[in-house]
Amino acid sequence: MAKKNIREIAKVIRSKNSSPFEITFDIIFKDLETFNKVKENNLITKSLIASLYKLKEDEIMDIIYFMPALAVKFGMKRIVTSGAPGDTDVYGAQQHGPLLSIELDL
Amino acid sequence: MIRSDILNKNPEKDEFKILSPTAILGYGFPEKSFLNAMEMKPDLIAVDAGSTDPGPYYLGAGVSFTDRLGVKRDLRYILTHGVKNGIPIVIGSAGGSGAKPHMDWCEKIIKEIAMEEKLTFKLGKIYSDIDKKLLTEKLKNQELIPLGIPNVLNLDDIEKTTYVVAQIGVEPFIELLKEGCDVILAGRAYDPACFASLPIMLGYDRGLAIHLGKILECAAIAASPGSGSDCAFGILKKDSFVLVPLNEDRIFTTQSVAAHSLYEKSDPVHLPGPGGELNLEDVQFLDIGNGMVEVKGSKYIKSKKNMLKLEGSKMIGYRTITIAGSHDPVMIEKIDSVIDKVKERVNMLLEKENIKGDIFFHVYGKNGVMGRLEPINKAFSYEIGILIEAIADTQENANTICSLTRSTMLHYGYEGRISTAGNLAFPFSPSDIKAGEVYIFSIYHLMEITDFSLFKKEIEIVNYC
Repeated sequence: MAKKNIREIAKVIRSKNSSPFEITFDIIFKDLETFNKVKENNLITKSLIASLYKLKEDEIMDIIYFMPALAVKFGMKRIVTSGAPGDTDVYGAQQHGPLLSIELDL
Repeated sequence: MIRSDILNKNPEKDEFKILSPTAILGYGFPEKSFLNAMEMKPDLIAVDAGSTDPGPYYLGAGVSFTDRLGVKRDLRYILTHGVKNGIPIVIGSAGGSGAKPHMDWCEKIIKEIAMEEKLTFKLGKIYSDIDKKLLTEKLKNQELIPLGIPNVLNLDDIEKTTYVVAQIGVEPFIELLKEGCDVILAGRAYDPACFASLPIMLGYDRGLAIHLGKILECAAIAASPGSGSDCAFGILKKDSFVLVPLNEDRIFTTQSVAAHSLYEKSDPVHLPGPGGELNLEDVQFLDIGNGMVEVKGSKYIKSKKNMLKLEGSKMIGYRTITIAGSHDPVMIEKIDSVIDKVKERVNMLLEKENIKGDIFFHVYGKNGVMGRLEPINKAFSYEIGILIEAIADTQENANTICSLTRSTMLHYGYEGRISTAGNLAFPFSPSDIKAGEVYIFSIYHLMEITDFSLFKKEIEIVNYC
């Protein structure tokens, strides 16, 4: 099976604060077929996300699939609260970068 | 006066039309979209101005994160068209953070416009501020539930918190609507509340009204292509609601609308709010053509207790920053150890002078964006941006720390250095920028509220006819 880069199959990949203490990530797929394949084969896992961010698996919140939007989402606690000393991204909108390197067997 | 046909709507057979001009009051909208919406005769113009996204400063300092000119421009359209056509106007989370100073700021703009445009209306104001005495009592009784905030709240935090606001639900809005207010200005509110309160008062389904409000509060962000600076239009019916595009450049799609319920939420199906949860387990998004999407099945599930979310920020010091850069491959290679050494030297000097404070380096081109979450531990750039940040108890101390760090780094003789004239390129003179007060979120808790009279309400006639 050929591996596909996530950018070929997703039309939105984003991060954003879901509270000042948490960041949520959305991957929105281009079509239902791809969404179903990813979901049925459980291709987005906590261990995959943890490895991309060099975190532990238990630091990644539940992977949630949402069919109406053809999306999968997950979250993580912020290391630094939004706007507190040492923060680098108050809105949390630029933490998605590592996800763009995901390669999936479809 | 609000038109009687609006107040006499029957949810069994009448449609209720809502215009959301923009995602955040002050973000703007194309005039054409707004005028298109007015032709469709909305029964309510509502806009939510608020967010905690811009961080703790704006709430704590009592300052709006949107520009006065932008807010006045948006409000001028909304007030003139709304008041002249007898359409109620509801504004939530005044001034972005919705505390008393934000309310006063927004009220002044509303009154300026009323005077300039010769408008007369009944203005209702709801303040969302929570009295610190009540908060202290709740803390002592262990009745404040933290919502992910890492620090444990104590009395000193409450003391130092400048403003505490509650995200109010629809009830206080409905009280003022029943008093016949044409324009309602509210402090911090649950985003959908300003959209949902009038239809809920008239008997429309609560779940549908709140879900529609949740989508409309971001205006055209839920359209495709999305925009926070364009209008959106919603039609609430007995068993569904419909989203209607107002600009030929964008449409609503089932996916764009569905995807919106993911946005900024950790769970797309269970969306908690004041007094209950918006439940989207059985929701259906239907494409009905012409860029319109119909939504069915959104439910509101009341919780046992009426819990409201509280927000507060406290001042922790002052900030001074310097922006600089380096194009030296030797320095870039060793940047981490250079920073460690510079910090060490500066801290030694500060200790002698008995000045306390913190130094942060934001290294762009390495990990400036992701900080400790950055998985790549090396700079590959031929140049890097270095932002030096100092935080201390006074502005003078922050200035001192920033200045010392800047001069130490500028001339630090790191191992292998070839360029001995100076390690940093400064784009500006002066190089150091006083960034003022620094705040952190100190309160982000749930509190049970059963008595809505604790939110102060005022009604007055603004008369410039």
